[in-house]
Amino acid sequence: MTKAAGHHPTELDVVLARHGRDRLRLVQILREAQEIEGWIPPETVAAIARALDIGVGEVESTLEFYSFFYRRPRGAYVVLFSDNITDRMLGNRSIFDHLARRFGVRRGEVSSDGLVSLDYCSCTGLCDQGPAILVNGVAIPKMTLARADQIHDLIRSKVPITAWPKEFFQIDHNIRRADMLLGSPFVPGSALKAAIAMGPEAFLVEVKRSNLRGRGGAGFTTGVKWEAAKKAQGDERFIVCNADEGEPGTFKDRVLMQYYPERVIEGMALAGFVTGARSGLIYLRGEYLYLKTPLEEKFAELRAGRLLGRNILGVEGFDFDVEIHMGAGAYICGEETALIESLEGKAGRPRIRPPFPVVCGYKNKPTVVNNVETLCKVTEIALQGGATYEGYGTKQSTGTKILSVSGDVERPGIYEFPFGVRVNQVLDEAGARNPKAVQISGASGACLGIREFGRRVAFEDVPTAGAFMVFGEDRDMFEVARNFAHFFAHESCGFCTPCRVGTAIQAKLMDKIANGHGTQYEMAELTHLREVMRAGSHCGLGQTAGAAIADTIGKFREDYEKRLAHKDFEPAFDLDAALARARSVSGRDDAASHILDHA
Amino acid sequence: MFHVAPTTRKRKVRIATTSLSGCFGCHMSLLDIDERLLALAEIAEFDRSPITDIKHCGPCDIAIVEGGVCNAENVHVLRELRANAKVLVALGACAVNGGLPAQRNHVDVGECLARVYTHRSEGQAGAVPNDPELPLLLDKVHPINEVVRVDYFVPGCPPSGDAIWKYLTDLIDGRIPRLEHPMLHFD
Ligand SMILES: Cc1cc2nc3c(=O)[nH]c(=O)nc-3n(C[C@H](O)[C@H](O)[C@H](O)COP(=O)(O)O)c2cc1C
Ligand code: SF4
Ligand code: SF4
Repeated sequence: MTKAAGHHPTELDVVLARHGRDRLRLVQILREAQEIEGWIPPETVAAIARALDIGVGEVESTLEFYSFFYRRPRGAYVVLFSDNITDRMLGNRSIFDHLARRFGVRRGEVSSDGLVSLDYCSCTGLCDQGPAILVNGVAIPKMTLARADQIHDLIRSKVPITAWPKEFFQIDHNIRRADMLLGSPFVPGSALKAAIAMGPEAFLVEVKRSNLRGRGGAGFTTGVKWEAAKKAQGDERFIVCNADEGEPGTFKDRVLMQYYPERVIEGMALAGFVTGARSGLIYLRGEYLYLKTPLEEKFAELRAGRLLGRNILGVEGFDFDVEIHMGAGAYICGEETALIESLEGKAGRPRIRPPFPVVCGYKNKPTVVNNVETLCKVTEIALQGGATYEGYGTKQSTGTKILSVSGDVERPGIYEFPFGVRVNQVLDEAGARNPKAVQISGASGACLGIREFGRRVAFEDVPTAGAFMVFGEDRDMFEVARNFAHFFAHESCGFCTPCRVGTAIQAKLMDKIANGHGTQYEMAELTHLREVMRAGSHCGLGQTAGAAIADTIGKFREDYEKRLAHKDFEPAFDLDAALARARSVSGRDDAASHILDHA
Repeated sequence: MFHVAPTTRKRKVRIATTSLSGCFGCHMSLLDIDERLLALAEIAEFDRSPITDIKHCGPCDIAIVEGGVCNAENVHVLRELRANAKVLVALGACAVNGGLPAQRNHVDVGECLARVYTHRSEGQAGAVPNDPELPLLLDKVHPINEVVRVDYFVPGCPPSGDAIWKYLTDLIDGRIPRLEHPMLHFD
């Protein structure tokens, strides 16, 4: 203890110094402080609070919010199994159980020797190569029982992760269909040169002419967003790249950041060029930790080539640089105002809008938040002009969209299509196996049945942030919806009651039906709850948290009906078992001491 | 939801009430409608209720339930009401949430009984009563909607006489019952 006490402050001091004891960097400080012991003990919390000159409660409020921060000791190896429905379909549960048995540890617990802890986590964005796990934050795809055994042995012999076989960590891009973006070569600096030649005003006109709409989900027109940030009052501006990609089933931003990082970073510089922002921040989800170092190496390379930093490409006064902020396991931080709160070191709770981030964002300064894919698209516009988008895609959704296809298909992976592509065509190209449903745009999106496979992927018809999960004819859509219900209950930030309580009740009702205690009453309750959450929630999470259930009730009601008890109502618990304790202490076993339901 | 009465009312509305695991405060509040009881008696009659002392209820229109479910008898009474009533109402915090009695939910019921009955002072060794006449305790106190389907919830500890009156007259007259903010404002 004394030894530890003498030792920790120095390591923690290094972390604190690295972040300039800046309160706004609390999330980053906590991430790095946690690396010292694998968890964050109360003394560390107190030390951080002192160093940043804020209350312990403030530190704790951030600490408590994020799934990847631990306030109790964890195993030396923390193994988290991605638990998206696609991981389940690939058998993650049996691999988890196998590993739990071999380690003799239960879910959420630390083994008695402190070696390992095992748990599930939300989708890790490796749906095309699942089941996936994170070991001490680093992703390992394509888990099998055999690989689980190897991992077991490595952990038992305390081999550091850095010495594990390299192929474990091999993440494939699985690009199956390349179009405008993925198929074109890109010379770093070429888009910036083109934009500089045009000048910021003319380039903004091109961005507006393209009618490019945000690829992060909401589909806001990028040119309009940039213009608003440019015109807003402020002595400082920021460009934020939203790389939180937390929507279950979405993984295209991961591929873009790993294989097209120059496009992403140059897109940010272009946004800086137009709006006058000098700083860029990439908010990278914690699950993508393995992308951090390669991206930072790329920054250094670009700085050396004068594509980042001061006087970019020799243009006097065109300064722009970027840095990475890591997330810590919170889906809600993909919502742009929650993201900004998280950038500022706080719990990721969505702000009240207006004011919008373009006027009052990071540090209350004008801030552009764009999705990774959107930022890649603007490099195309710089190179080819906004007019190339005309006639590509549909009227209101121009250009191409990258889809992340997973589930029951022969060729899961990344597909770039012009907007307006029919669901059927995507299914054909991916080799879907007797599909009965497609969940588009993730857990918060829409569930389409066979009769809707002729519909188009576009903002006018079926909008999407990119997820495209395919379910074959044998899949149980009730279990799909139940998986999403638990996802939302876990990810609700808790700020507003309709969502905090609604998502919890929704998950309980789904469990009740799953356990055979559901009736038509629960069905009616689910429908009612969906309306309350849709109408009463503060942000998109709560507003869409009931969508998948409503869709599957509408389209796959038989998957629910077969579980329902044909009664007026059934309690979720066993009434007779609830009397057992009192029966035993009173020694009774008479008829009145039982409640026997004749089913 | 449901309307109790057809548009032209020929017979009286039949109401059953019970206090399960409650303090009778909600029933006292029902009596707090004061002279409006006379008006109520014009249009309604009571089935099983502490007011009538009828022990088992027959078919009725409205069942008003005070209190949560804490023992086996509560379950039977509640189910009987549900089976017989067109509309079942949870009246008051205990019925809606479990209320005060649910405070015992974080103690083990066995330990609780043992503490009360066997650890007596002055060396008397007691035992947990085992008379079959006594309703046996459930391990947890439940709000009534965890045991039967519930049509309406009227919050308050207790809801005021005015709130109960407004609620009942709305329901009986075929309107969707609506309690505005002042009637749900307790501080
Ligand atoms: C619950 C929720 C989660 C979101 N997650 C993401 C995300 O992971 N990535 C993203 O780019 N946008 C996400 N968004 C949308 C962002 O709020 C924002 O609209 C987007 O980043 C804007 O960029 P764009 O205009 O380039 O699309 C999310 C929105 C909500 C409501
Ligand atoms: S809707 Fe849910 S996630 Fe959004 S602010 Fe409310 S509680 Fe938080
Ligand atoms: S709600 Fe209040 S008044 Fe009514 S039974 Fe419970 S404790 Fe008594």
